[in-house]
Amino acid sequence: MASAGAKHVTGWLTINIVVVAYALFPVWWIVALSFKDPSTLTDGNFYPTKWTWQNYRGIFDTSEFTRALINSIGIALIATAVAVVLGTMAAYAVARLRFPGKRLLIGMSLLIAMFPPISLVSPLFNIERFLGIFDTWPGLIIPYMTFSLPLAIYTLSAFFREIPWDLEKAAKVDGATPAQAFRLVIAPLAAPGVFTTAILVFIFCWNDFLFAISLTSTTRARTVPAAIAFFTGSSQFQQPTGSIAAAAVVITIPIIVFVLLFQRRIVAGLTSGAVKG
Amino acid sequence: MSSRNTVPAEQDKDATTALSEGARQERRLGWLLCAPAVVVMVAVTAYPIGYAIYLSLQRYDLRFPNQAKWVGLSNYGAVLSSPFWWNAFWVTLFITAVSVAIELVLGFALALVMHRTIFGRGPVRTAILIPYGIVTVVAAFSWQYAWTPGTGYLAALLPSGDAPLTEQWPAIWLIILAEIWKATPFMALLLLAGLALVPEETLRAAMVDGASSWQRFAFVMVPLMKPAILVALLFRTLDAFRIFDNIYVLTSGAHNTGSVSILGYDNLFTSLNLGIGSAISVLIFICVGLIAFAFIKLFGTAAPGSQEGER
Repeated sequence: MASAGAKHVTGWLTINIVVVAYALFPVWWIVALSFKDPSTLTDGNFYPTKWTWQNYRGIFDTSEFTRALINSIGIALIATAVAVVLGTMAAYAVARLRFPGKRLLIGMSLLIAMFPPISLVSPLFNIERFLGIFDTWPGLIIPYMTFSLPLAIYTLSAFFREIPWDLEKAAKVDGATPAQAFRLVIAPLAAPGVFTTAILVFIFCWNDFLFAISLTSTTRARTVPAAIAFFTGSSQFQQPTGSIAAAAVVITIPIIVFVLLFQRRIVAGLTSGAVKG
Repeated sequence: MSSRNTVPAEQDKDATTALSEGARQERRLGWLLCAPAVVVMVAVTAYPIGYAIYLSLQRYDLRFPNQAKWVGLSNYGAVLSSPFWWNAFWVTLFITAVSVAIELVLGFALALVMHRTIFGRGPVRTAILIPYGIVTVVAAFSWQYAWTPGTGYLAALLPSGDAPLTEQWPAIWLIILAEIWKATPFMALLLLAGLALVPEETLRAAMVDGASSWQRFAFVMVPLMKPAILVALLFRTLDAFRIFDNIYVLTSGAHNTGSVSILGYDNLFTSLNLGIGSAISVLIFICVGLIAFAFIKLFGTAAPGSQEGER
């Protein structure tokens, strides 16, 4: 019996290790690459034989990368904040209030969730040049928040349905208007869901590439994913491999941190919106 | 915006007598809370797609902006009679079909592992979230270097040491591989949520009745999970159809490996041809619309959003 149990445990252990290896191995490879000394960069070794921080020092020395990092952080944070605020308002209405047009709103956000971004790139490129926001922060923030709104509305309305709404009723009995009930009773209860949604939206904005390369032309608003695609070596005889690998690792760090700290929340957020919504 | 305001006002008028003060307040608050989200979504998607249709009916080359002129549907004719479009279209369709099918199988296996594993649940889920969360471009660069002869360990494993990313079919398979790696965890998480909805008792009852584990899977789990499976399939299909990042980094669409999104991008930003580029954009939009329509038509009530309306 004991040996059967041990076999069972080993079986699961093996499966789990396979899964973890599957998830981590391209990540490990780019990390390994980023720590390789230029002389060993092309040795094709799975582990760096000569470790160095040189690639990291290299990218942080150029404004090309640091500027892109600032752009990425700023744009993603602002877009997340706006999308979560607008999404919270709409999701509250969807989850709690009865009003005509609700179906339309849900249908519309579903439509946008399916929208191919490339279809918007040409008109937005022209419109943004006309409005003078091409290659600026707002030029990227606006499409990001739009495309993350459906995600925000879905996830948030799923979370909002789980909230004990009797408390709201109690507040209303005590004389609070619906708006007051929202602000004073529900908002604090909803905070964990809002936080989770913010993480998902941030990951979405952080990840974007198509808008970032299409709607920027200089380092003014170019985010890191777009910037690394345009990296050139520090001299024309040098391949940018080390720089790209180091920059790639830097923008992966926030994702790893989120995943390590908030694994449970992210899983709950991703699944609740999709299945119950 | 103005049309939105007038419609509710009309409805309000004939509903005034029937609705209590509270219900009217609720209604107004509902519209008020949704309005900003609606305005943003309409302004940033509906208006531009209309503008894209308008642009697609013009000859509009950014290198010769003064020669812009109305040409009707001839841009569509040019795109649809071009072998580039059809090549990109079939490549996209192939990548979509193959990667979504494999993701479904792998995702199911992964979901079952996450659902059943007795220990290490946390670490497994944490690890699984990394492909989901990682920036696609980062993962794509990792794959690209891995498959580049001289730099990569994977290329070194190939017998002849050739460069798979420079040949059409090997490159397409590597694009599919990158896509599968990135998207399977998301698929698995959606299916896991569906698995959680399958009652333990039903499975145990089937077991008592002598159903094999395969029968329990095929005749109990899958039917009960149908809505979750369809949602996962719909989202992943549409997502795969607009594939861009992986191809851009892995091959930039060279050697006939470009997707329709890559083709649209190249026409817009390499050839600077807004007219043709917009026609491609509109065609992609129509394709996505058709896929979504087919899903909803085929699976009707199981489509996401339809349950929503009942609430």
